[in-house]
Amino acid sequence: MKVLRPRCAFDVPVEAECLVPERLAEMTTEALLRLPLAYGRFSVPLGELFEVEADGAADAAVVLEGDFSRVKRIGENMAGGSLEIRGNAGMHLGAGMSGGTIRVLGDVDAWAGAMMSGGCIEITGNAGPSLAGAYPGETRGMRGGMVLVRGDTGLRAGERLRRGLVVVGGCTGDFPGLGMLAGTLVAFGTLGIRAGAGSKRGTLVALGGVRGEMLPTYREACVYRPVFLDRLLRFLEREGFSVTAEHRSGRFRRWVGDANELGKGEILVHEKDLQ
Amino acid sequence: MRFAGVEIEDTYAEAFKMWGARLLVTGSSPEWARAAAEAAAGFAHSVIGCGCEAGVERFLSPEETPDGRPGATVLLFASSRKDLEKQLLLRVGQAVMTCPTSACYNALAGEEELSVGGKLRYFGDGWQGSKVLEGARFWRIPVMDGEFLVEDRFGIRRSIGGGNFLILGAEARAALEAAEAAVRVMRRVPGVILPFPGGIVRSGSKVGSRYKFLSASTNTSYCPSLRPLVESALPEGTNCVYEIVADGLEEDSLRQALRDGVKAACREGVCRISAGNYGGKLGQYVFTLRDLLGGDAP
Repeated sequence: MKVLRPRCAFDVPVEAECLVPERLAEMTTEALLRLPLAYGRFSVPLGELFEVEADGAADAAVVLEGDFSRVKRIGENMAGGSLEIRGNAGMHLGAGMSGGTIRVLGDVDAWAGAMMSGGCIEITGNAGPSLAGAYPGETRGMRGGMVLVRGDTGLRAGERLRRGLVVVGGCTGDFPGLGMLAGTLVAFGTLGIRAGAGSKRGTLVALGGVRGEMLPTYREACVYRPVFLDRLLRFLEREGFSVTAEHRSGRFRRWVGDANELGKGEILVHEKDLQ
Repeated sequence: MRFAGVEIEDTYAEAFKMWGARLLVTGSSPEWARAAAEAAAGFAHSVIGCGCEAGVERFLSPEETPDGRPGATVLLFASSRKDLEKQLLLRVGQAVMTCPTSACYNALAGEEELSVGGKLRYFGDGWQGSKVLEGARFWRIPVMDGEFLVEDRFGIRRSIGGGNFLILGAEARAALEAAEAAVRVMRRVPGVILPFPGGIVRSGSKVGSRYKFLSASTNTSYCPSLRPLVESALPEGTNCVYEIVADGLEEDSLRQALRDGVKAACREGVCRISAGNYGGKLGQYVFTLRDLLGGDAP
């Protein structure tokens, strides 16, 4: 295992796409300290910005301790191993990752898990905008894997989600599931306004209701209890989300849309008063 | 050899290679879970006439099922992968899906997999949707009470069918009570089912018949009413015979079930325990009664 700690507070962002567990596992501490990082407009060796502690084991486990909120692209395109960040993390955390696990004991900035295709990101705090989203010009956002956020998320969570599971323990910002293609986004709190706008398929689950009015291009189908949610909630309970007795026994109002698109998407809104 | 005062005939049960699957069905209540499980295992007593052999393995509490609802596991056995696939599709599609509130999951990490939900999904007529969770794909098929949730692929594995023994009783009630006692203990063994009604067979068969159109007929050697008329296998004083047939996912569990069953059946009113075989010519597995009891026998 390797542990990295910032030597100072960063004035400008650090681009740290090299902080990928499987890549670091093969490196000696000396080689790691020489890795070039973009610090503002300068290229500096990693050792100038971070102190490194290694136990000599060649496992793909990396721990980042301290404030990494100005460190971007941590775990970008990672394919395996584990990364734990004991503090806040910057933008593009785990973007494009295809495997392995990232655990953040803090908040993360925008674009976490953007266009990822596998693996799992767990965030104990809040996530910024465009969680599991799609970069401008891309037709698909997250394509697989799982993102678990214990707190709230910013705007446009799960934009153009193609496959995979995004779970938000709190509330989402506005426009969740924008242009969604498939996959599942669950919010234990409320879904922001214009949920599922432009979605073709996929599922938005609002356990805490929806802020504002449902889009007129969504039509109410029925009130029922999809068995799939029983299966999903049981899994989320094991993952440590607070699934209540109300969640376990309640019914869900199914809205289908977006009629401007294919119209096979759904928003399942928990009906608190209907057991 | 005698066990608990009952004669154990020096013979063996002959069992066969089969392919097995394990379904886990759930429902909104224990009653509906039972209905779905029993429907899935219905009319599945013998591969010869029913296409497969099946039975409810055990009932599950909500804590034991994937969706937190009451459930049951059902074991299905067929002679080939092809037959098993056909039966799975028929039984999940026609028996489980039609049952109110049901859902159906794979509960066997098999050596091979068959597409079940992946084929049944077309019943959704284009409105079906899939979800992937924990590495497994599930199909949500719209039905009139909501949706039928079925797992995409089901594991299958090589299994054993046709493990058996015969209880020869001096009197009908004693023989039936001995068979019931055997069934009770055998049903506790995981991975084993007793496919016949109540776990007991009264119409054991032999291969062939005097009629050309019939490939199997009543086991005349074990019919007490024919004892003086045919080459009977029954000792004097035998008035009733019951057979216990068991199928298992693994040889060891089937052996355990047969051992437990034979021991439980050795009680007052039973004069002999025997077993059915074909001279060792058909089956790939042999369970010798005396070996089953091994060191337990006095």
